[in-house]
Amino acid sequence: MIREKPQSFNTVALKERLTIPRQSMPEQDPFIRSTNFFEVNLGLTPEQAVIEAQRCIECKKPTCMDGCPVNIKIPDFIQLICKKDFLGAAEKIMEDNSLPAVCGRVCPQETQCEEVCLVGKRFEPVAIGRLERFVADYAMENGNGSVKETQIPQPSGQKVAIVGSGPAGLAVASDLIKEGHEVTVFEALHEFGGVLVYGIPEFRLPKTILRQEVANLEAKGVKFIKNFIVGRTMTIQELMEEEGYDSVFLGLGAGLPRFMNIPGENLNGVYSANEFLTRSNLMRGYEFPEWDTPLYRAKHAIIVGGGNTAMDAVRTAKRLGAEKASIVYRRSEEEMPARNEEIHHAKEEGVEFLNLVNPIEFIGDDQGNVVAAKCLRMELGEPDDSGRRRPIPMEGSEFIMVVDMVVIAVGNGSNPLISQTNPEIETNKWGNIVADADGRTSMDAVFAGGDIVSGGATVILAMGAGRKSAAAINEYLKSKVGSSA
Amino acid sequence: MYKIISADFIAPNVKSFIIEAPLIAKKRKAGQFIILRVHDKGERIPITIADSSAEEGWINIIVQGLGKTSAHLNTLEAGEHLQDLVGPLGLPTHIENWGTLVCISGGVGTAEALPIAAAGKAAGNRVISIIGARNQDLIIAESQMAEVVDEVRISTDDGSAGRKGLVTDVLQDLINEGLKPDMIVAIGPLPMMAAVSNQTRDMEIPTMVSLNAIMVDGTGMCGACRATVGGKTVFVCVEGPEFDGHLVDFKELGMRQKMYKKQEEESHKCFLEKQMKKIKAEAMLEEV
Repeated sequence: MIREKPQSFNTVALKERLTIPRQSMPEQDPFIRSTNFFEVNLGLTPEQAVIEAQRCIECKKPTCMDGCPVNIKIPDFIQLICKKDFLGAAEKIMEDNSLPAVCGRVCPQETQCEEVCLVGKRFEPVAIGRLERFVADYAMENGNGSVKETQIPQPSGQKVAIVGSGPAGLAVASDLIKEGHEVTVFEALHEFGGVLVYGIPEFRLPKTILRQEVANLEAKGVKFIKNFIVGRTMTIQELMEEEGYDSVFLGLGAGLPRFMNIPGENLNGVYSANEFLTRSNLMRGYEFPEWDTPLYRAKHAIIVGGGNTAMDAVRTAKRLGAEKASIVYRRSEEEMPARNEEIHHAKEEGVEFLNLVNPIEFIGDDQGNVVAAKCLRMELGEPDDSGRRRPIPMEGSEFIMVVDMVVIAVGNGSNPLISQTNPEIETNKWGNIVADADGRTSMDAVFAGGDIVSGGATVILAMGAGRKSAAAINEYLKSKVGSSA
Repeated sequence: MYKIISADFIAPNVKSFIIEAPLIAKKRKAGQFIILRVHDKGERIPITIADSSAEEGWINIIVQGLGKTSAHLNTLEAGEHLQDLVGPLGLPTHIENWGTLVCISGGVGTAEALPIAAAGKAAGNRVISIIGARNQDLIIAESQMAEVVDEVRISTDDGSAGRKGLVTDVLQDLINEGLKPDMIVAIGPLPMMAAVSNQTRDMEIPTMVSLNAIMVDGTGMCGACRATVGGKTVFVCVEGPEFDGHLVDFKELGMRQKMYKKQEEESHKCFLEKQMKKIKAEAMLEEV
């Protein structure tokens, strides 16, 4: 596809642009922030945003868009920032991404748009993520919450049920409401946002941001229903046959947490990352007893795993007052799946990294509380299926660590509810829903996307899958009208 | 918000709530539970559904005021609302015609055993109910149980009603009298379910127990509710709540239930202090 190059508003000479340093984002002091739950990153100033935007060299064939799972028109919105038309820039992003304030915060830009930025080949890439975040926040503060009202579409008379209000579901809702369909989002929990509300901590993604993004969708006409479990409160068939939904999108997210299957995992004080983070984020356990949900405040917490979830958990443990909060990871830092920014922030906050270490048993006292972890040191061998070097236990390296909390952050399995209640929807051996590239499942009119199809992935990949499904659902609904007319 | 239609104490500290919940009422089967939050800073707690009416659109839950949330819940009256209510959760009880079914229950467990006893009876079983309590005042749902089963036997710790002793003593009496149970369902406090399971293991009588694990989401996401059954970790919210009592690691579950004992006491104390202040303030205003 040939795109028209956006009009340039960059007043800086091309050569000089490459001499401008990448603008760093102001953040809370590490020592102070490790004791509070306020957001770590404070966002670029308008002046910084314009300077950062001016670093863009306006490539003839920009690669950044291809690096984005939802193909945001990055060159266009950057020029609008150069023009200081921040609301315009936000609108441009919203054409492709309904949750810019969220994605500007949690997307791994360094492996997506910024990785392929040509400036980054020789210098540091344009800080596309920080710019996205800046304009989204600016629009929220100055555009009265929602950017310019888009035209109200002609009602199609067709109804779509979206199951799950996480990133995939919100992306589908956003795309389908524009097409004039009647869209209802069903959420099992008592707050909307899925993993964005129960999984990602306040200090990375403030809940007010998320609520605002949900409110924007509500203002466009999306209906939101909480405390409703599709499969239990009502089945998919009932939604379609009794409630008149023409199509259903399943964006259930990841399911049951994985454990390590080692002795002592059911001791008190051993959490899955899902539970630990849900108690803290969704249930606000860090404000116990003002909020009712209790949460361990450990002296020495270890978090097993090396992904973003592990980083969220270890930084939460630190903020809950742990004297020592450690990552225990069986490979080396090089293989860690977590974003560099998260690892960097964790280190700044005083998190200890015990790499090439793997627990083999948790030891409890007579009340069933965890008091120690027995671990082995590892070394790296040949690459395994994932392409990463396989960790191998070192003989005679066993040692014991005194701990009073363990968080297991080694991934999730699938949610069993849909296969329990809708056996006609095909699932694979891991329990994930089988869907084609456009999200079609084995059941007519039912689509699926996000972690329930792919297994644990990122917010933006779930949104990308949601957008593909939304397009396919729209086609399906149009063909349905066509065939019945 | 979910409206409370009626709220009545049926025993000391035990309150029966009828709550407007048409969708849950329509779907719910014996053995399933709901999760609720009392207020906007509240925790999520699971409670078994005791009864429901699909026609009238309500469910019934029985709440014993033990900790902060249940105590707070028990201050609510008809006309007030719950913050959140979701369900029905968990797998329904597997019911078949086993022959002779003995439903053993203790405390508020009797209200939860009632729908299972009724379903068992409807499936053609001869159903005997054994109800245990510390004393006569704490026995609930006895008359409703008597309406649906063939026979009700009572035990109390102090002998104020029925046989003095435990439910396991009554079960032994029945067996001594020649009863041959084909299936036993035990619902109530963990030590009771553990004692029944121990007793029936040697007799090789299949025994099903309903586990009350701590939960957060209740939909198979968080893993808080895990228990060990037959040497394997299970997630009570989606694989249960009912399991083979002979395979359950009751000791582990008992310790897991006490995981937040200290925090629960702290939270309960805070709540009681607030309640006292409220009562004192109201009393003072009346005097003025």
